[in-house]
Amino acid sequence: MINTETTIRFSPMYRLQWEEAQQKFVILYPEGMVELNQSSAEILKLCDGSRALPAIVAELEQKFATSGLTNDVTNFLNVALQNGWIQHD
Amino acid sequence: MAGSNTINITSPRWLLAELSYKCPLQCPYCSNPLDYAKYPNELSTEDWKRVLSQARKMGAVQLGFSGGEPLTRQDLPELVRYARELGYYSNLITSGYGLTEDKIIELKQAGLDHIQVSIQASSQELNDHLAGTTTYQHKQEVARLVKKHGYPMVLCVVIHRQNIHQMPEILAMAESLGADYLELANTQYYGWAHINRDALLPTREQFAEAEKIAQAFKEKVAGKMKIYYVVPDYYEDRPKACMNGWATTFLTIAPDGTALPCHSARELPGLDCPNVNDFSIEQIWNESKAFNFFRGTDWMQEPCRSCDEKHKDFGGCRCQAFLFNGDAASTDPVCSKSPERHRIDAAINSARELALSADEKPLVFRNSKNSKQF
Repeated sequence: MINTETTIRFSPMYRLQWEEAQQKFVILYPEGMVELNQSSAEILKLCDGSRALPAIVAELEQKFATSGLTNDVTNFLNVALQNGWIQHD
Repeated sequence: MAGSNTINITSPRWLLAELSYKCPLQCPYCSNPLDYAKYPNELSTEDWKRVLSQARKMGAVQLGFSGGEPLTRQDLPELVRYARELGYYSNLITSGYGLTEDKIIELKQAGLDHIQVSIQASSQELNDHLAGTTTYQHKQEVARLVKKHGYPMVLCVVIHRQNIHQMPEILAMAESLGADYLELANTQYYGWAHINRDALLPTREQFAEAEKIAQAFKEKVAGKMKIYYVVPDYYEDRPKACMNGWATTFLTIAPDGTALPCHSARELPGLDCPNVNDFSIEQIWNESKAFNFFRGTDWMQEPCRSCDEKHKDFGGCRCQAFLFNGDAASTDPVCSKSPERHRIDAAINSARELALSADEKPLVFRNSKNSKQF
């Protein structure tokens, strides 16, 4: 489960990349690929080892001039953690 | 775009670069064509770079360096570096033969993303017998080094009647080597596997037992190791969605530059597969006869034509339809709706008889001497 204290980073076992031909971000791994929607990609781009959950939420809320994103972001990051795309430092 | 039909042409996502048919191993289930010895020519480094650029521009992103043994190409690090610059995710599909720690480091620095090591069996004796070379110890060492240098480690074991009884030991081996992914690839019967089928195809009971063991293991290692299980299609009653549909996703380039919609398509008559020395990847993908041959559903016969599952499995595998029925446009005989399903059942029974008898059928190993007979 995602905790609120430790910073989160994208796993070195995966690659997050913009695909020009598909006009979307994708996650690449051995012999596979996951296509991301825009909000998932925005969340994962902030998983760079410098932020914990509250800072990620704050940054997204500021960027999209909105509030109340904590639940959605937490839910997605839990899925991402389960899939091994991200890890806690 | 000009064209005689309304088929929506998607762009390639996967490029399989078969760099060379040369291989120090002799696996009797190799998916290379039986007559590979007829095609000794190999593309130059510059040719490969052109292919990589053109396919990448069209949207290919997963890249497999395969063969034969891709490590036989001295320019592999150069091609890996070039592929990385283009933004490919590169997979090295190797026997591990000739792979040293220095080479693993060099390839990592060049930008290689992942190394898939194949192991033939969980015991040295059987591994070395199947590979036709003494490789077991080295493969174990390579698997450890791959892990040590931070690559995701994918272990690939091709499953057939000679090793299926080792399933528990194979799984234990994958666990002790720290594999991140384990590919349990039930043999697909094309090329060399097809001529050795009687000696390789497990019985239905053997499959069921092995699958049960693999399933329990999958649950046990969930979250630690991902299992790719390639299903044994003869024991299914619907065909596999081969290649995700003809020329929708996959592009294979053979060592001599022949472009193929699947790596077995060389066996199909009348396709006239184009060569990258004569055409660009864009021309090949969009306009060539071979890539348009089985695109969409217009080519289908009954029972596929009126089947409500045709967009799910695309009629199955064209190479399998050809191998069994002599007609590549017919329904994959694996399908229980196919009037030719009895041919699959006959193949199953033929292998079963051999499995239950005391007789042994010698395996035909994949090497140049044997290839020249085809």
